[in-house]
Amino acid sequence: MPDENILSDAFIHELINVGEVDILVGVPTYNDGRTVGQVVQAVRAGLLTYFPRARAVIINPDGGSRDGTQDLVRAASISDMSVSSDVRALRTLHSISTQYEGGPASGLALRTILAAADLLQAKVCAVVSPESTTLEPAWIEHLVRPIFNDGRDLVLPVYRRQKFDGLLIRNLVYPLTRAIYRCPVREPYPSEFAFSGSAGSHFLQQDIWTQEPGRGAELWMTLSAIAERSKVSQSYLGTKARPENPPSDLVNAMRGTAGTIFAYMESAPSLWNGSQDPLEAPCGGCQSTVSLEPLRVNRKRLYQMFTFGVAELEPVFLSILSPETHTELKRLAALPEDRFAYSAELWARTVYEFSAAYHKAVIGRDHVVQALVPLFRGRAFTFVTENRDATAEEVESNIELVCQAFEREKPYLQQLWDGRK
Amino acid sequence: MWENFIQELARTMNEIVGSLGRFLPRFLEMLIIVVAGWVIAFVLKVLFRSLLRITRFDKLSEHTGATQLLRGAALPSLSELVSRFVFWIAWLGFILLGIDVLGVAGIEQHVSNFFGFLPRLFAALVILFFGFLAASFFSRAALLSAVNADLPSPRLIHWVVRTMIILFVVSMAFEELGLGSRTMLIAFALTFGSLMLGLALAFGLGGKDLAKKYLEKRFARESPREESREREDELSPL
Repeated sequence: MPDENILSDAFIHELINVGEVDILVGVPTYNDGRTVGQVVQAVRAGLLTYFPRARAVIINPDGGSRDGTQDLVRAASISDMSVSSDVRALRTLHSISTQYEGGPASGLALRTILAAADLLQAKVCAVVSPESTTLEPAWIEHLVRPIFNDGRDLVLPVYRRQKFDGLLIRNLVYPLTRAIYRCPVREPYPSEFAFSGSAGSHFLQQDIWTQEPGRGAELWMTLSAIAERSKVSQSYLGTKARPENPPSDLVNAMRGTAGTIFAYMESAPSLWNGSQDPLEAPCGGCQSTVSLEPLRVNRKRLYQMFTFGVAELEPVFLSILSPETHTELKRLAALPEDRFAYSAELWARTVYEFSAAYHKAVIGRDHVVQALVPLFRGRAFTFVTENRDATAEEVESNIELVCQAFEREKPYLQQLWDGRK
Repeated sequence: MWENFIQELARTMNEIVGSLGRFLPRFLEMLIIVVAGWVIAFVLKVLFRSLLRITRFDKLSEHTGATQLLRGAALPSLSELVSRFVFWIAWLGFILLGIDVLGVAGIEQHVSNFFGFLPRLFAALVILFFGFLAASFFSRAALLSAVNADLPSPRLIHWVVRTMIILFVVSMAFEELGLGSRTMLIAFALTFGSLMLGLALAFGLGGKDLAKKYLEKRFARESPREESREREDELSPL
């Protein structure tokens, strides 16, 4: 049962009017008036086209928008047997919007969706981003169908993205989760994903929601599912839209990714620090995940911020890194831009030493995560340089090399973690 | 005459022997207290050292930056220092108790002053310890934020934050001890005030463009075009 405090009385009243549902689609928003209408229309078309007989509801937890976002979502409701522009609705499609307490935070929004899904006993729950302007009705089918037909617990997306997009995912989150939990999910921190009702109830009962709200909740759900060996699959969705205002705060992004993974590793070391069998995550309709349209990247700034960080944060790195890794980083920082190369092996060792430092709390844990930011910039510089003229296949191959480096170095992490090194 | 002299001498000798007879048991008592005190203090020291090792006190000391300071001054680790401190405080207490047993006039007052001073000394040490902890935490937070925001001179910011907190904490500890509290307070106020004035002048005169840019960015939203130009080089990490 959901914690009653999460949902307001008015919202519960609206949910009770809806009754039990088969599919719940959550669209968390905060001032997304420019894009949410298009996204909700696509969701609605997806539900009516691919699941016309299913009882469905769109739930919009809003963080306090002032641009009419909620009205746009509510307008997507369709009464029984009403006719849309191109599809006929066999059932009522409710679209409910609510404002949750505590300001905009993805964790709070997700918790509201989970609580609503639990209350409505939804069989499948999908979450989509209000910024996904490339979202097509078929995405709903790709996300929901594996749960209905194959009994999957969690369905994660696979996107086609510009080769320099999602550098943190490609250089840290994907290789690290793949090496640690032995499950190759391409987008562990998804914007669009779906899960079964039982998996949702399980997520809702965890104590993550009582901790810092909003940061990395989607990633945490992925980690929880793959670490507990749930039935996970992936669906190829297509091109992921670049958000109009991409979050440029790398420190917060690092907290939501590396911070979440380190915290999850710390909370349940037995789930990774042994000899787990690999967990398959079959991908439906997978194609190349890399596109080559031009994107301007200021490599010089990445390089400068790496060298600046290595020099200025020396007292912090001395507490976190081994002397060998620290010496190697200082040597790198002294190299000119054209000879600079932060290898995948060194990057993997660096991340593992940070993870062990987080575990041992050698300094404040949030400080450990923050200190990784300038080093990631160095790795991002190398990735961008290596793949500047690379084809999509070459980029895929280079990402694979990073993953293999993380896998090779995993015993080193286990030694660090257990204090054997 | 000679007999009188002998009698006086005998009486004096008797008094001396009597005094010694009265003093020696007390002296022996004092010696026993001092020796027993040493043993108890030593046991306390060993116990404290083990306790601090079990609770990984040295790790905490490393986090606060106290270990680095001690290493710089060629001193042993903080857990060793604390256990030695406990030993000396305990033994000194027993020595004073022993002296008190001797019944020397005026000593009682000093002994009672000493025991009255101990809680304040302990409070001052606690203030210093947590002050160093706070100084280390906040200065490191400032350093990381400055580096990640690409601000100039992060080490200077780190040093200023650390120094200010340490100055504040030391003045608090001295006030607790009642040692030159007014002087320390004035010194702290002067240092803090002059530093803030200096920073205000430096920022106002030297960094007016930076301040203008910051205020514009903070309070007057840039046009979407300018914003997108600024973002053009920004990678989307997720």
